Amino acid sequence: MTTLDSSKEIQKNNSEVNETHEDFRMFGLITFLIADGMTFAGFFAAYLTYKAVNPLPDGAIYELELPIPTLNTILLLVSSATFHKAGKALLKDKNSDSQKWLFFTAFLGIIFLICQLFEYFHLPFGLTDNLFASTFYALTGFHGLHVTLGTLMILIIGWQSRINGGRLTSQNMFPLEAVELYWHFVDGIWVVLFIILYLL
Amino acid sequence: MTISIDPQKTNNESLQPKGWLRYFSFSLDHKVIGIQYLVCGFLFYLIGGTLASAIRIELASPMSDFMPRDVYNQVLTLHGTIMIFLWIVPVVNGAFGNYLIPFYVGARDMAFPRLNAVAFWLIPPSGLMLVASYFVEGAAQAGWTAYPPLSITTPQSGQIIWILSVLLLGGSSIFGGINFIATIIKLRRPGLKLMQLPMYCWAMLGTSLLVVLSTPVLAGTLILLSFDIIANTGFFNPVLGGNVVVYQHLFWFYSHPAVYIMVLPAFGLVSEILPVHARKPLFGYTTMVFSIMGIVVLGLVVWAHHMFTSGTPPWMRLFFTIATAFIAVPTGIKFFNWVATLWGGKISINSAMLFSCGFIVNFVFGGITGVALAQVPFDIHVHDTYFVVAHFHYIVYGGTVFIIFSSIYHWFPKVTGKMLNEKLGILHFIITFIGFNLCFAPQHWLGLNGMPRRVAEYDPQFQFVNQISSLGALLMAISTIPFLINVFLSVKNGKNAGDNPWNALTPEWLTSSPPPVENWEGEAPLVEEPYGYGKEISEQK
Ligand code: HEM
Ligand SMILES: [Cu+2]
Repeated sequence: MTTLDSSKEIQKNNSEVNETHEDFRMFGLITFLIADGMTFAGFFAAYLTYKAVNPLPDGAIYELELPIPTLNTILLLVSSATFHKAGKALLKDKNSDSQKWLFFTAFLGIIFLICQLFEYFHLPFGLTDNLFASTFYALTGFHGLHVTLGTLMILIIGWQSRINGGRLTSQNMFPLEAVELYWHFVDGIWVVLFIILYLL
Repeated sequence: MTISIDPQKTNNESLQPKGWLRYFSFSLDHKVIGIQYLVCGFLFYLIGGTLASAIRIELASPMSDFMPRDVYNQVLTLHGTIMIFLWIVPVVNGAFGNYLIPFYVGARDMAFPRLNAVAFWLIPPSGLMLVASYFVEGAAQAGWTAYPPLSITTPQSGQIIWILSVLLLGGSSIFGGINFIATIIKLRRPGLKLMQLPMYCWAMLGTSLLVVLSTPVLAGTLILLSFDIIANTGFFNPVLGGNVVVYQHLFWFYSHPAVYIMVLPAFGLVSEILPVHARKPLFGYTTMVFSIMGIVVLGLVVWAHHMFTSGTPPWMRLFFTIATAFIAVPTGIKFFNWVATLWGGKISINSAMLFSCGFIVNFVFGGITGVALAQVPFDIHVHDTYFVVAHFHYIVYGGTVFIIFSSIYHWFPKVTGKMLNEKLGILHFIITFIGFNLCFAPQHWLGLNGMPRRVAEYDPQFQFVNQISSLGALLMAISTIPFLINVFLSVKNGKNAGDNPWNALTPEWLTSSPPPVENWEGEAPLVEEPYGYGKEISEQK
């Protein structure tokens, strides 16, 4: 049949069924992050609509304090840089350096979460006080959940590279690269969130 | 880095149960997972269909006499939810997608076999949970749209379970979508160009893009809704300052694309089936591809046509009317391409072909009423009446379900190695076609004359037409019987099919029936012209 052609393109051992293909787990992760970003997009859209069409009655307007979220923004941006350092170090096979940078990144993530909790406890409003309060907690809480997950993953890969220096090497960068991408994504969302929620 | 995908190794065949038992086990083989999707979906379809019959029995008389009113609402909710999230979406994407896509791209499995299995195994537990929620105190009764404030003011334990199970099903479909995108874009056999892919691949690519972009928004919305229920926040509760229309926007941002998630794969499947049984190349391949992508883009921006009666401002109405009308263009292109594919072909009248042609007829009808509904004055007249019910059943049942059956008739020989009985199949088609039209066509009339949907009681003047509709529903229920008999008889002692009973050219037919675990002995074939039928015929002469 004219439509059949099984010889030209690939030269490989025909009797063997074992096939290999390039690694596209990263591709899958990016697709997943796009999906995750859409969840945030939905929340942002809801928040902005509320802001436009459901203005709060007088007296229920809260001024958000800026110092803590600004500090948090800096923390996350720095942590993106330190994570990048960890990757660089691993690429040069400096495993212990890379591990130090990883743990430092996780440390920054934990500080971020502590600051966020501190902010929560000192806010003059609670989850159900009004529409703005609910949206505020929903947005920052959902983001905080992402930071928590990210921090846990950083701790896990940092720990893995420790117990058997073989799990995370310049030959097997995927776990680190995947978590790094995720972390940059969470940082990016935070910047958008910071602008929309605190600055606008 | 490279990863080895050897199905024999990943599946560890020696540990897998043999024969039909392996369909009940955790398997990583895309073919097994596809069949699992299909069978699981069909079982839920039987449950959803029983509920539909209950609804139609209730509506055979004007009073609420068969079941109490709140039970009617619960049954209606469960019916709608099951049919959409547990039957149409998983089957038309998960079942056929898993079975066919790896063949079409020339691969031995999906890109992420484990993720694939996880996506499937989320379905049975969450489906059972949904069905079980009917028996808890206060089952969900706000319809499949779960509009607040109804969904936050009616009894709540059932509604919470409803939300949870829809969230899990949404997760399952996102995982599936990621897998399809990666498989189609990245896992193609070397030498296979995008424009040589069978049309179903394009349809699944478009569908998966919609899944990935819109399902997360539904998930976020339902999370907010559950906060309203559990934590007493007021996102969607007007009493607490919230806004129900925001819920509608977010919900329809998913659920309008969702209608394409249900029907685009059907477009793809019908484009595979028609050329084979008409012995002609698919007409207008390139325009088909572009119309799919056009539908994806337009599908994402027309959601508010479901909200013309929700106080949307005039500019919004205008924009969404025009955008919706534009969708008719790519859809129309596809319709004319299918007709042109049939035109002058050597058409064989068999069950697969009949169901596909039934699809085209019903779909045109549903499409036309859809364009009508996009016109604001008309929509305001018939919104929330049976006209809408008729419209979407023409699409989801007359369209997608017809294609599911058509596909089963078409691919059954490949999957099992046995032929289905054509006489029983044609009988199945005739009863379904008559029953379907008898059931839903009169509902247009009901809607135009003002019978509201989602209520158990109605004005006695509508009784006669409702009884015709119920009669149609009865026929549809009966039509399942020849189908089930057919499947059971054929699996047991059907005629042997051979590898390629239809003389088709798409790659799945170039392997044995049923296919071996690794899909092909040796290397995957490169099919450059999956629809090269004209040539084949001239070669035979
Ligand atoms: C098997 C034959 C079927 C019959 C006889 C049937 C009948 C009905 C009836 C009478 C209603 C109630 C409408 C109302 O009161 O507003 C309904 C609603 C609905 N049906 Fe079906 N149906 C069938 C199949 C399907 C299928 C295959 C789907 C797949 C998507 C489906 C999806 C829905 C949905 C989404 C609703 C709306 C539920 C709601 O508004 O909460 N139905 N159906
Ligand atoms: Cu729509």
